[in-house]
Amino acid sequence: MTRIISISGLSKTYASGFQALKDINLDIHRGEIFALLGPNGAGKTTLISIICGIVTPSQGTITVDGHDIVRDYRHTRGLIGLVPQELSTDMFETPWATVSFSRGLFGKARDPAVVERVLKDLSLWDKRDQRIMTLSGGMKRRVLIAKALAHEPKILFLDEPTAGVDVELRKEMWALVRGLREQGVTIILTTHYIEEAEEMADRVGVVSKGELIVVEDKARLMKKLGKKELTLHLASPLAAIPEALATRGLTLNGDGSRLVFTYDRQAERTGITALLSDLSAAGIRFTDLDTSESTLEDIFVGLVRSAP
Amino acid sequence: MNLAAVRAIYLFEMARWGRTLMQSVLSPVLSTSLYFVVFGAAIGRRISEIDGVPYGAFIVPGLIMLSVLTESISNGSFGIYFPRFTGTIYEVLSAPVSPLEIVLGYVGAAATKSIILGLIILATAALFVEVRVLHPFWMLSFLVLTAASFSLFGFLIGIWADGFERLQVIPMLVVTPLTFLGGTFYSLSMLPPFWQTVSMFNPIVYLVSGFRWSFYGVADVGIATSLAAIAGFFVLCLVVAWWIFRTGYRLKA
Repeated sequence: MTRIISISGLSKTYASGFQALKDINLDIHRGEIFALLGPNGAGKTTLISIICGIVTPSQGTITVDGHDIVRDYRHTRGLIGLVPQELSTDMFETPWATVSFSRGLFGKARDPAVVERVLKDLSLWDKRDQRIMTLSGGMKRRVLIAKALAHEPKILFLDEPTAGVDVELRKEMWALVRGLREQGVTIILTTHYIEEAEEMADRVGVVSKGELIVVEDKARLMKKLGKKELTLHLASPLAAIPEALATRGLTLNGDGSRLVFTYDRQAERTGITALLSDLSAAGIRFTDLDTSESTLEDIFVGLVRSAP
Repeated sequence: MNLAAVRAIYLFEMARWGRTLMQSVLSPVLSTSLYFVVFGAAIGRRISEIDGVPYGAFIVPGLIMLSVLTESISNGSFGIYFPRFTGTIYEVLSAPVSPLEIVLGYVGAAATKSIILGLIILATAALFVEVRVLHPFWMLSFLVLTAASFSLFGFLIGIWADGFERLQVIPMLVVTPLTFLGGTFYSLSMLPPFWQTVSMFNPIVYLVSGFRWSFYGVADVGIATSLAAIAGFFVLCLVVAWWIFRTGYRLKA
């Protein structure tokens, strides 16, 4: 895959002395959905803001479509659409006026047909002449997305796009993002909803305390760092794990009524067969069993906790 | 040059002005009419002429300048401060526009509003007194240059201000007093010599004087000096604007 954004040695220290980003190196591939995860204050928004030209970097270089974002800012910014985290809107304007304004601001000629299509795609057409201040939070979020799409960008940054949005609207937005990807738009999103990244992202980057601690293909990351658990629901609760099973790495949960066995499903031998034999030999009977897999959220929490 | 962006900012600002015409136009016109009633009718009876010009007509250029100055600063500062306040400035900063294009859009709109207002006040004044314009070209030149300079000055205030209170500080505490003391309602020759000298340090004197000259051919200071003063102020504001965009002062972290 060709890269559309390339970040090299990027650092940012604010005037207060706070170092928001430390030596970030990252390539974003053309046409992918890249999810940037991290706790509050990790540096995600600073990273996005620097690429978009809102924040000045302290060190490092960034190229977009092969062009430096400082020297060739007209070219690079023209390719990018940004949906900010805050609901910053022209509250006294209408969706039609503000989306038309955004298109002009990015140097595109007036084209009512494009504005109409964008508003219709985001279910804003009926509200086009209403003042933005009268719209709901979810609608305002749609207006911000419409503004970002008004100049038909090749790269779309979505900073917490579904914060405060109801489930139905969130799913609509996921569908919209997938549709944009199908049109060839590269999407970089930050989100607090890990399931959003799990649902949509091709690759995942985790930022913690200004450092990029992991960049990985989502499926590979889940395979590599994910765990699988076998839970056995016991017929009779145990006070402690019997001696004979001590080496199996079991944990006893739920007042001694559940035995949990963690295993690597990629391994040649998972150890499940041997465990079941040992249980039978020890006279431990179970009434039910189930298996579960780590979510991206589990992996994310583990990564952030283990970060220096 | 991203002319589409300049056009977008300009039209967006003009549309905002269109929605607040009551406040933007009627209010200054009403205030100016009241000045004519109070100063023109009441005081004008006691001062028949200044430099051969009837008092009511004499104060017209000064009153236009008073409105143009205050409205230019107000329009220029609010135009850029409001997006900063609401957070929508992110879009301008992330757009492929140069600092010059941003200034052209915002300051151009602010200056246009002030020029229109100045012409409306001139028309209003003509209802009260007989107004003649000896040098229409210079009158328009002074009007445009003053509106552009003070809209740019307002733009700088809008970037500097970190609250609505600060937005009002310089217009209220500096510009309005200087305008009142800048020969709007009198000729400097009516002042004692000491205050005449002090007045020479008031930049507004040069604007009012030059503007009045374009109407009646009478001035407190030379026309070249007036032009140089306003052009110098404009260049100074441009330099500060250039520095702001170069450093990102109050705009970029």
